[in-house]
Amino acid sequence: MLDGVSAELLARFQFAFTVSFHIVFPAFSIGLANYLAVLNALWLKTGDQTYLTLFEYWKKIFAVAFGMGVVSGIVMSYQFGTNWSVFSDKTGPILGPLMAYEVLSAFFLEAGFLGIMLFGRKRVGDKLHMFATAVVAVGTLMSATWILSVNSWMQTPAGYSINEAGQFVPEDWWAIVFNPSFPYRLVHMVLAAFLTTALVVGAVGAWHLLRDRSHKPARVMFSMAMWMAALVTPVQIFAGDLHGLNTLEHQPVKVMAMEGHFDSYPEGAPLILFGIPNEAEKRIDFAIEIPKLSSLILKHDLNAPLAGLDTVDDRDEPPVAIVFWSFRIMIALGFAMLGLGIWSLWARWRNVLYRDSWLHMAAVAMGPTGFVAVLAGWVTTEVGRQPFTVYGLLRTSESLAPIAAPAVATSLIAFIIVYFFVFGAGVFYILRMMSKPPGGGGKELSKGPLRSAGTTPAAQIAEQEGVGHGA
Amino acid sequence: MELDLPHIWAAIIAFAVLMYVILDGFDLGVGMLFVVEPEKHDRDLMMNSVAPVWDGNETWLVMGGGGLFAVFPLAYATVLPALYMPLTIMLLALVFRGVAFEYRWRTKRGQFLWNWGFGGGSFVAAFTQGIALGALVQGISITERAYSGGWWDWLTPFSILTGVAVVFGYTLLGATWLIYKTEGPLQERMQSRARILAVITLGFIGIVSAVTPFLDPVYAQRWFAWPTAAFSAIVPVLLAAAAWKLYTGLRDKHDVTPFLASLALFILSFIGIGISFYPHIVPPSLTIAEAAAPHSSLVFTLVGAVVLVPLILAYTAYSYWVFRGKMDPDEGYH
Ligand code: HDD
Ligand code: HEM
Ligand code: HEM
Repeated sequence: MLDGVSAELLARFQFAFTVSFHIVFPAFSIGLANYLAVLNALWLKTGDQTYLTLFEYWKKIFAVAFGMGVVSGIVMSYQFGTNWSVFSDKTGPILGPLMAYEVLSAFFLEAGFLGIMLFGRKRVGDKLHMFATAVVAVGTLMSATWILSVNSWMQTPAGYSINEAGQFVPEDWWAIVFNPSFPYRLVHMVLAAFLTTALVVGAVGAWHLLRDRSHKPARVMFSMAMWMAALVTPVQIFAGDLHGLNTLEHQPVKVMAMEGHFDSYPEGAPLILFGIPNEAEKRIDFAIEIPKLSSLILKHDLNAPLAGLDTVDDRDEPPVAIVFWSFRIMIALGFAMLGLGIWSLWARWRNVLYRDSWLHMAAVAMGPTGFVAVLAGWVTTEVGRQPFTVYGLLRTSESLAPIAAPAVATSLIAFIIVYFFVFGAGVFYILRMMSKPPGGGGKELSKGPLRSAGTTPAAQIAEQEGVGHGA
Repeated sequence: MELDLPHIWAAIIAFAVLMYVILDGFDLGVGMLFVVEPEKHDRDLMMNSVAPVWDGNETWLVMGGGGLFAVFPLAYATVLPALYMPLTIMLLALVFRGVAFEYRWRTKRGQFLWNWGFGGGSFVAAFTQGIALGALVQGISITERAYSGGWWDWLTPFSILTGVAVVFGYTLLGATWLIYKTEGPLQERMQSRARILAVITLGFIGIVSAVTPFLDPVYAQRWFAWPTAAFSAIVPVLLAAAAWKLYTGLRDKHDVTPFLASLALFILSFIGIGISFYPHIVPPSLTIAEAAAPHSSLVFTLVGAVVLVPLILAYTAYSYWVFRGKMDPDEGYH
């Protein structure tokens, strides 16, 4: 059954699979940790019970998402060694220290204060609890900073030399950490995490507004989320544009694939809006294009020449179709988010923010799109870097561990089964928590797990009937 | 004087692994004891006794792995492929166990699933960690900077032996932790379990120590040849002292002594393994000096470690302090 499937392909698929699951949780928990810090601060400052209700509500959801992020992340930190050992040996002297800093300055910080944030308010008092909550939020941002520095170095390596064992060795740490694509990637990713979270919070708020427009906590969270969407999306699009220009400078081949430019355009390149990349014939079928716009966007000049994939050796090209599509998915969702933000401003201005059911339905529909955009963005980034793991220097095919294909296949199948089961269950629990209104619509939400997990009576009864759980 | 950075780093990594073993050791042990306690109420208490700290405990595992990647990349790149299967199984087990802390409170109908995920995950993680230890002690073959063995080499009678030993050892840690955290009938049951587990654990320590010197002549030399013999003779003596403390602590029904004595057993066994390994980081192929990253990587990372590790220890201790004392059955955690 495995004939023809190489260990390399399996290992790549395994890495892509596990990291794609992982990124979904940090994208949510970076945003949520910061949102929780803001909610807690607002509660301490104003004394308005609504903020506390919202804090307690999102805290439980955060705990589940964070747990999933931690366990999927621990898997990641071992995958480099198990599946990509040659890569680890060669890049370890540079990437290892950055990851070690992530552990020391971020993971321990998050883990050390998470317990106090989740369980410790009564034990340490409001002030220290606020401190712990803020520290967890800072920890998530630090963690994003270091890991994105790692990833960016692989995209745009700098500050290194190569020793006789073939290892990359550090020459200039400042240049390594602040490698050329890092600032752009960091800003774009952190904004993405905030947006993703805002869309989820907005969708939950809208969902409860559709049932009960007067629900105070639902109003507050919907309004907060729509402010985020309206304000952050334009910044994100701007940041994305800068990021793309930076990529053009350092990884032009990736941009050719994103744009679908199989051919060079000496007198101004068109912007291909849609079309079907045909990699065998090296052209875009059924292309809908706007003449010269690509040159305008990328070079700020209608007639600037742009090189295409015809200038690149075939064995150095990434798979065009995947990059082309994933890039368009991200862009389309970015503009949809912008649309939602503008609509909410309009509704606010007309004073119908809490009454416009169409807006609420749109917000619900947009709820999961942040995750899709994040994944699409990463696929663009990572597939566009192929066939290299360290861009231009170390090929993916030369990064592999000496592991037999059956071993990789077995572990891959195990990961697929376990991840879908475990994280599927987690997503289900999160959705169920979200489907109940904060504050329980008059009824107190379960104080803690020691009592019961269900809240709405119907669900509770249904569950209790199935109680025959194994002791 | 030139500092010997590779050896300083070997000590730091060893410290991280030891922290992991004792901290996650007791919470994995709690997980294994969890499945044999029938009452939901007791189970809730047991789980909550580690809920605020488990994430921090597990982060030492990330530091062990991440630290290896940073300062001994060659060791990371050879040990992990050699232990591919046990490590993958361990990671999946930790996934089940980690999510159970939250999931278990989110469902009634599915609770049995996460009870088993918690207990089973803890058991499998402990067992595979023991196997990995045994496989490492037996040695890993390396040619030209790459692992050169097969993907089943880790499975031997010796690695199974160390796997079982670690399972019992962790359970002992878990039982003594619960003696410290609980009261009444649950505590009494843990006291009687701890007595049995202590005997079994000491038995395994004895067997493993007796077998190890015969696995590799280097190990035997380390233990029986002068001058290291004098130094390595101290470890068994201290081990006996810790065993005595454990015995009296359990006999006199102390709250904390049994846990501390069990920790001491682990620390001493760990030092024993260190004596066998030295100067190798991956026996028998790689020495600490050979596996080390370039000087600049060691310095850069050490600066951070010197500042941050004490800080981490301080706030970790603080967090244990916040959640100190007996579990309050009425406190609504979460
Ligand atoms: C909510 C998520 C989100 C949204 C709405 C957008 N992006 Fe994005 N994008 C990401 C989330 C993201 C990301 C997940 O954060 C990526 C993956 C890697 C990275 O650095 O950021 C990314 C990568 C990424 C790259 C690849 C950079 C590289 O690897 O070299 C470019 C050129 C853009 N983005 C540009 C845009 C533009 C012009 C957008 C305007 C609509 C946009 N993105 C919206
Ligand atoms: C977290 C979001 C990320 C996603 C969704 C993602 C996705 C992917 C995908 C789809 C591939 C496969 C490319 C291909 O086979 O054509 C890949 C490769 C890779 N990525 Fe990422 N990536 C992410 C982040 C990272 C980060 C942060 C790092 C480094 C710290 C990283 C390191 C790698 C490596 C080493 C490979 C090589 C293996 C391979 O090419 O398949 N990735 N990633
Ligand atoms: C392949 C690359 C990656 C590796 C090896 C990795 C590793 C890890 C590990 C080991 C943890 C658990 C930490 C703990 O024990 O508390 C974790 C959690 C986390 N990671 Fe990743 N990670 C990767 C990619 C990313 C990316 C791309 C981001 C964000 C931009 C990210 C952000 C986080 C955050 C915020 C956490 C905290 C837990 C959570 O928020 O769910 N990671 N990661």
